[in-house]
Amino acid sequence: MKMTKILIALSVLLAFALLIAGPSAAQTTGSGSFKKDKEIEIPFGIPVDESWATNAANYSVYEKPDPDIRVSPESISLDARRTTATLKFKDALNTAAAYVVEVKDILSEGKVIGSREFLVKKGEAQILFGLLLGAMLINNFVFTKYLGLCIFFGVSQKKETAIGMGITFTIVMVLSAIMCWALYTFVLQAFHLDFLKIIVFIGTVAIFVQAVDTILRKVNPYLFKRLGVYLVLIVTNCIILAVPLLNADSSRGPFASLTFGLGAGVGFALALFLMACVREKLEVSRVPLMFKGLPVAFIVTGLFALAFLGFSGLAIF
Amino acid sequence: MNRNVQLLWNGFIPENPIFRLALSLCPAVAVTTSVKNGVMLGLAVVFVQVASSCTVTLFKSFIHPRIRIPAYVIIIATWVSVIDMVLPVFSPAVYKEVALFVKLIVVFAIIISRLELFASKEPFVPSFFDGMGMGIGFLFGLALTSAIREFFGAGQLWGQDILGFKPLLIMILPAGGFFVIGFIMATFNWLEYKITGKIPASGGGH
Repeated sequence: MKMTKILIALSVLLAFALLIAGPSAAQTTGSGSFKKDKEIEIPFGIPVDESWATNAANYSVYEKPDPDIRVSPESISLDARRTTATLKFKDALNTAAAYVVEVKDILSEGKVIGSREFLVKKGEAQILFGLLLGAMLINNFVFTKYLGLCIFFGVSQKKETAIGMGITFTIVMVLSAIMCWALYTFVLQAFHLDFLKIIVFIGTVAIFVQAVDTILRKVNPYLFKRLGVYLVLIVTNCIILAVPLLNADSSRGPFASLTFGLGAGVGFALALFLMACVREKLEVSRVPLMFKGLPVAFIVTGLFALAFLGFSGLAIF
Repeated sequence: MNRNVQLLWNGFIPENPIFRLALSLCPAVAVTTSVKNGVMLGLAVVFVQVASSCTVTLFKSFIHPRIRIPAYVIIIATWVSVIDMVLPVFSPAVYKEVALFVKLIVVFAIIISRLELFASKEPFVPSFFDGMGMGIGFLFGLALTSAIREFFGAGQLWGQDILGFKPLLIMILPAGGFFVIGFIMATFNWLEYKITGKIPASGGGH
């Protein structure tokens, strides 16, 4: 158990270092918030004139990195106290990004007060939570992205092995996601070697798994006996390669990469456990002869996938 | 039968990677929403399988047995990088949908298992035909699955409207892929039972 303590301490240290080094958000004069994915709410703080506030020409809205591409609100409404305006848009906004709303010549009780700028974005924690939930349930890697099926069908015969594999996989997934992020940002992008990312990522994962295998064998033979078998299998799991690739493609930061890896790992463990529960029952039930074994496992997975479609309603974060 | 022809046939039906060996299932479900995607990825796999089988069989005397797995992975990753650069130029529209899976060919179990079981022991010509057979079997599996799914899910084949309506929308949803593969596997089992009279074993490993 000493090993686990050291690992936990190391990861906490790493997290703190990244937190301090992380970029701090730029300050603007005000901040608004997303209401739904098509609405932005702006608090003025003072009562404003309705005829001014509902005129779309007084607002200019753009996504933060490109001020040239304007999105114009379809309609604007003011609340009863006349202090908060709600901008409605025709198309859904990219709520993971930051928007800037410039408001021209604010008119309050007949007097012009001046122009203000509002920054509209989600909180960092909100984005991370959305990412975690997305990887875990809404876009579960097994049921909606169909990755890691080989392992999924291979080790889901017993609950006990499913739990062991799930835990081992989650640990390796999180650690290799953060390692691949570091390699990608500090080595591959720095030297413009992006095209090598497939080779580098799979190499990293393979070396990492081999290293954990060797260390665990010496440091904690008991844990090794429980988890050692699954370690080697992890290399052939598509998810372990897909997560760093997806992270690199959408250029996620360290925290987002870590969260995405954690979500993917927990999601896979959950899928594996659910499947193991069903397959233990299947063993003793009467399945048509031709469907025995894998075919019926596929049908069951299909039913799970249908059930997981229901989680798409969770995408409100 | 000529041995080379036999090797080709072996990968096609008796040891079909998807339906008999049950290897590399992820792409079989994921990209098979339309025939075009399925066939494109299948062709990419044929290329990678043949190229890496040939590479391994040529260099097998230089690869130390103890580091063979990392060596195989690097060889596969090299060829995957090649196809990953060629495909976007060749057909950008299809690549956009199958991009992730082209990169993931590296971890397809079927390729590394053929290298380990066949190409590392046999001479050049049989290795070529074995790789070809397995690749074509995989392509066949993808094409069959995607044809069923596209026909019933979208009423189309290769992007062409055939039915004019969508009989079973579930087929192009995630769940449909699992159902179709399950049913095709069961059909293969049934065929084997009819032909050989044996009750098939539980349909491959993992």
